[in-house]
Amino acid sequence: MQKKKGPLLVDARGNQVNFNPMRDVNLVRLFVFPTIILLIVINIFPLLWSLVLSFTDYSARLQTEWGVNPEWEGTKNYVALFTNPDIWLKFITTGKYVLMSVGGEMILGFGLALLLQTKFAGRGIIYVLLVLPMTMSPVIVGLMWKLFMDPNWGMFNFMLGLGRIDWAQDPARNLYAIVIVDIWMWTPFVMLLSMAGLSAVPQYLYEAAEVDRASWWFKFSRITLPMTYPLLLIALIFRVMDAFKIFDLPMGLVGRGSGAPPLLSMEVYSQTFMTWRTSYGSALGYIMLIVIIAITSVLIKYLNKAKH
Amino acid sequence: MVKKFGDFTAVKELDLTIHDGEFLVLLGPSGCGKTTTLRCISGLEIPTSGSIILDGVDVTDRRASQRDIAFVFQLYALYPHLTAYKNIAFPLKAQHVPKEEMDKEVDRVVKMLRIEHILDRKPKHLSGGDMQRVALGRALVRHPKVFLLDEPIGTLDAAFREEMRTELKALHVDINATSVYVTHDQEEAMSMGDRIAVMNAGVLQQIGEPHEVYANPVNLFVARFIGSPGMNLLACKPETGENGQLGLRMRGNNELLELPGTLQQLLKEKVERDHSLVLGVRPEDTTVHTAEQEHSLAAEVYVTEKMGSYHIVDLSYGEEIVRARTSAYVDMEIGQNVRMSFDMGRVRFFDSESGQSIMN
Ligand SMILES: Nc1ncnc2c1ncn2[C@@H]1O[C@H](COP(=O)(O)OP(=O)(O)O)[C@@H](O)[C@H]1O
Ligand SMILES: [Mg+2]
Repeated sequence: MQKKKGPLLVDARGNQVNFNPMRDVNLVRLFVFPTIILLIVINIFPLLWSLVLSFTDYSARLQTEWGVNPEWEGTKNYVALFTNPDIWLKFITTGKYVLMSVGGEMILGFGLALLLQTKFAGRGIIYVLLVLPMTMSPVIVGLMWKLFMDPNWGMFNFMLGLGRIDWAQDPARNLYAIVIVDIWMWTPFVMLLSMAGLSAVPQYLYEAAEVDRASWWFKFSRITLPMTYPLLLIALIFRVMDAFKIFDLPMGLVGRGSGAPPLLSMEVYSQTFMTWRTSYGSALGYIMLIVIIAITSVLIKYLNKAKH
Repeated sequence: MVKKFGDFTAVKELDLTIHDGEFLVLLGPSGCGKTTTLRCISGLEIPTSGSIILDGVDVTDRRASQRDIAFVFQLYALYPHLTAYKNIAFPLKAQHVPKEEMDKEVDRVVKMLRIEHILDRKPKHLSGGDMQRVALGRALVRHPKVFLLDEPIGTLDAAFREEMRTELKALHVDINATSVYVTHDQEEAMSMGDRIAVMNAGVLQQIGEPHEVYANPVNLFVARFIGSPGMNLLACKPETGENGQLGLRMRGNNELLELPGTLQQLLKEKVERDHSLVLGVRPEDTTVHTAEQEHSLAAEVYVTEKMGSYHIVDLSYGEEIVRARTSAYVDMEIGQNVRMSFDMGRVRFFDSESGQSIMN
């Protein structure tokens, strides 16, 4: 028997074949480099470039002329942002939106997962139907629900026995409309992760607790919750990150009219692409990024502690 | 009670009475329905028919949590996210016992099990023996009506198992709680049980004190299963010899084995003429002789297993193998022609067709 050592390989007849290690490495490069270049061009560069732009007065609509457009302005955009009373409303609205939609998704998703634990006829079909919304494009979902929630001929009000309520266009309601649709769309995601978490709890723990005379609530709070907690946290992190920057769904459902809910991502959009204050929009984008990173890193810290 | 899973009957018509304060061992090979029986007693499984009576109360329809029993599971079933202390305290916490009393109770069992030093650890940082102790602690911290233990030391290594065996038995003597202990290890059963219930294929075979089950097995299964090695079983047929005395025609070498008067009497009473029997004799009641011997059979040494303090000599007798337990100082050669004799006061007879003992 020959010992395989380093680059020596053996062909079908058992003869040693001289193998060029560079070939292997080259193959790796061949696959990895295009990806890295693509990432740099469409992710890393815009990320850094928008950071630079956020310290200027750049507008993408005007002719680029160095020193004039963009012209270095330092922290002026950031100062303007933080002194604008409107911006707080946008933060608060976005926060409210994240709390309501993600909160609803977590509770409903976990609840559904608990219900789907018991085996019953038609469980598989319900399962598939519940997961369907997640597979659709958010813009399409928004447009679809816009029709569904139409005050004149939408089915939504009719099915709930409500009057002619304008969900999508009434500024007092459209935030809730987005929350409802987001919950409809993303509850299954939380449900799937919860089901994975629940199925990882061994049955014998419940039996041990049953013998130990634990009540239903005691079992739930002392076994089910702590043991599914890490996966619930992961679901929460994904959903918070996603909900914070929600854009496509409100765009489809409500549009960008004056009555649209003051969400941060909508503001970034209108500043950057409607009033063409590109640098101002970039600055706001950066603030959002920092807030998301801050929130998720706190959650990830909890996650690491939970996994420990 | 009866327990079926679909068409499969895991426990057949089991009728078992366990006395107060008794340590009953449920013994049988893997898959014979021991765990199922225990789970039915505990309420984790509902019997297909029959009833479970606990302290005179029919609890068949009650959930496990309403029965006041403690269960030590085969694989411990500790709560992985809780420390040893919290695992032990769990049953008390579930009953909302005040903190002070809880600490006192936990302290009591922790001292009894000598596990003070591991209380802050989670199960994954515990050794098998310590997990075992924590699982026991979780049962002992309550004062349940009955302790159910499912092969609690089955996964430990041999030396440690012996130690835990002693420990468990001592614990039982201390607290004197009614216990049902499941094992597939007959040695464990013999050494621990006040009584042993032997099961096979879902059927209760025999129940009795260890020495009773050992000395007087009711059928061939128990005879084979209990003892290490099990009983020697030799096919034979009663036959009247030339001297007019009833003897046994042994199938192995076709010799006629003479019988003492009491056994002749018994066979005359219980067995029809020409009915095939199985003679059962324990290895320690089998003697090997290198010289000519009365009432003995010719055999050949097949192999000798040296166990340290004694030897097990395997003798080939026709197509059968007979094991004899000899002192460690006896030396036999393979292939040596010897004579073997049995302690006739201790031999048992079984009906070769039904497998049942004819001694009762
Ligand atoms: N939940 C179940 N469903 C179907 N069959 C089962 C179930 N539990 C046990 N059995 C069967 O019942 C028989 C007895 O099992 P068990 O009581 O666990 O045996 P033991 O504990 O004596 O090894 C086995 O053949 C096993 O396959
Ligand atoms: Mg078992």
